[in-house]
Amino acid sequence: MNALLKSKQEAAASRLDGVQAPTDAGWSTHAREDALARVRSTGLPSRRDEYWKFTRPDRLTAAEGSEAALFLHEEAPVFGDHDRLKIVFVDGVFSAERSDDLTLEGLEISRLADASDISWAAELYGKLETSGQTPVERPLAALNTALATDGVLIRAFETPSKPVSLIYVHEDTHSDAILHHVIKVEAGASLTLLENGPAAARFNKCLEVDIADSAEFHHVRAQGRDHERCAVTHLFARLGEESTFKSFTLTVNGVLTRNEVVIDLTGDNAFAHVAGAALGDGDFVHDDTVFVTHDAVNCESRQVFKKVLRNGATGVFQGKILVKAGAQKTDGYQKSQSLMLDGDSQFLAKPELEIYADDVACSHGSTSGAIDEDALFYLRARGIPKTVAIDFMTLAFLAEAVEEIDNQALADEINGRLEGWLTRRSAS
Amino acid sequence: MLEIKGLKVKLEEEDKQILKGVDLKVEAGKVHAIMGPNGSGKSTLSYVLSGKSGYEVTGGSATLEGDDLLDMEPEERAAAGLFLAFQYPVEIPGVGNMTFLRTAVNSQRKARGEEEMSATDFLKEIRAKAKDLKINAEMLKRPVNVGFSGGEKKRNEVLQMAMLAPKMCVLDETDSGLDVDAMKLVAEGVNALRDEGRGFLVITHYQRLLDHIKPDVVHIMANGRIVKTGGPELAIEVENNGYADILAEVA
Repeated sequence: MNALLKSKQEAAASRLDGVQAPTDAGWSTHAREDALARVRSTGLPSRRDEYWKFTRPDRLTAAEGSEAALFLHEEAPVFGDHDRLKIVFVDGVFSAERSDDLTLEGLEISRLADASDISWAAELYGKLETSGQTPVERPLAALNTALATDGVLIRAFETPSKPVSLIYVHEDTHSDAILHHVIKVEAGASLTLLENGPAAARFNKCLEVDIADSAEFHHVRAQGRDHERCAVTHLFARLGEESTFKSFTLTVNGVLTRNEVVIDLTGDNAFAHVAGAALGDGDFVHDDTVFVTHDAVNCESRQVFKKVLRNGATGVFQGKILVKAGAQKTDGYQKSQSLMLDGDSQFLAKPELEIYADDVACSHGSTSGAIDEDALFYLRARGIPKTVAIDFMTLAFLAEAVEEIDNQALADEINGRLEGWLTRRSAS
Repeated sequence: MLEIKGLKVKLEEEDKQILKGVDLKVEAGKVHAIMGPNGSGKSTLSYVLSGKSGYEVTGGSATLEGDDLLDMEPEERAAAGLFLAFQYPVEIPGVGNMTFLRTAVNSQRKARGEEEMSATDFLKEIRAKAKDLKINAEMLKRPVNVGFSGGEKKRNEVLQMAMLAPKMCVLDETDSGLDVDAMKLVAEGVNALRDEGRGFLVITHYQRLLDHIKPDVVHIMANGRIVKTGGPELAIEVENNGYADILAEVA
């Protein structure tokens, strides 16, 4: 056994030492045991792994999570103006008092911790996560499957009247939370999922989404503003024929955030767009790692990731499009850009295309730049103060990612959050 | 209105003197034109007046109604009433034309301690002014200058000038890239703004723009200086004989 694997396995053993996997997990027991065995065998991520070269995994893999001060501020709740079904977790623990009644026409909603036998979930729990381990290992997702203490299981058999909103409240400076959600959107149904909040001092979240033929899944997420929090999230999605997947993530602040998205286009004519806007100032590391697999004919995938960095903030993008043999007429596109507001920040990007079909259109573009001085002067020459002009151009830079949100009211909400962040930064 | 005295300017990055002592005074209500061959320093003068970076003032002064322009940030100059119509208006993807212009109008008003213009009033005014310049609603919604033709960009400059109602307008080669009809339309827009309280400095290569925007005074600029000043007939002389005669005469 080589030394790297040995040290990774030791890290896994140390992480798992004394940790009690949920007992009486009932229907999920088998998947959890399988995941646990996989973590022990692959070990936890190391800086020497190909996909962890740019981001240090230590804080995410350490046996103990680190402390994160609460970010106390007064502002209108995210998505507060939107009619939605609220499901609240406080430091990873479901709060019945703060949540709505978990019923909504068209949906079947349960808690993962309610270990009653849910056959549709039993078939899915850990399934997309497991298949998402090939060809690139994602041990923190397997760890999540093994240890998740709670989460929601949602089956959309019809299109509900409003979105489901998962709210992650952070109240304990030492919380270390692991949540795992499973969503199944049945043929022809459409579900919108909202997520917001910092969740915990350290947060490991896994979301598995199975989108059946002609179904739609829309996802808008705003990760909380707590500066010291760490998070690793995985989103695994499988798309059936003519299905739609759209996901947008806003990240502001956070010492370490790693968002992995693994998309499998398995049915013909499917459509997957994943986008993100991240703003970091100072002690900020944000990593988007995306893996899109085209395994069907005439599918479209698009990745649009934008990062605004200053005062030593770090942005990472690792994006891959894999086109399998036979996935003809694939239209794959990937864009990752950073706007550096000063000379201290860094942006590390690794775009990858791996194509085994001959009739495809795949492209990628990655840029890194400063504010356009000519445009800045033009705005100022019209009387717009420098700070306002820079904010204008920053929002303009991010617009392409935000425009990936179909629902205009939700896009407006995100833009409002961005403006708020910029205004506070300009003031400071 | 605008008074420039012995203005000397060099490039910041290299040791190259562009303006070598420019003297110029534009009175309120008057239109002054500056003509001159390529490289004479005309555009540099417009940039230095509006505060573009990359230039270093090594001597002289420039004031607007007695206030030192050179000491102000570009946005302060704009709020003080200076407007530069760009030779090459900049495309700004992602920033809507309307949002941009409303922010500009209200930033200037705020800086001057005036009340901001309401969204309704702004909309009413911009629609009326856009109509005169044949700028349609779709153009107003687009990002600033993105996908605009040369003529549309220049009309958009004049629209901004009309909305911002500056005291002193500097037009840098506003005729470049325009066909005859487009030039007429732009000139009409400028003429509509001629007013007793407003000064104009029109920078151009050719006399033809001055057929439409009739100047009171014409200056010839060469090698970083104003070398000759006269009436509108000076522009016609340039058109007929080129710059060579004048330059030989003053050399």
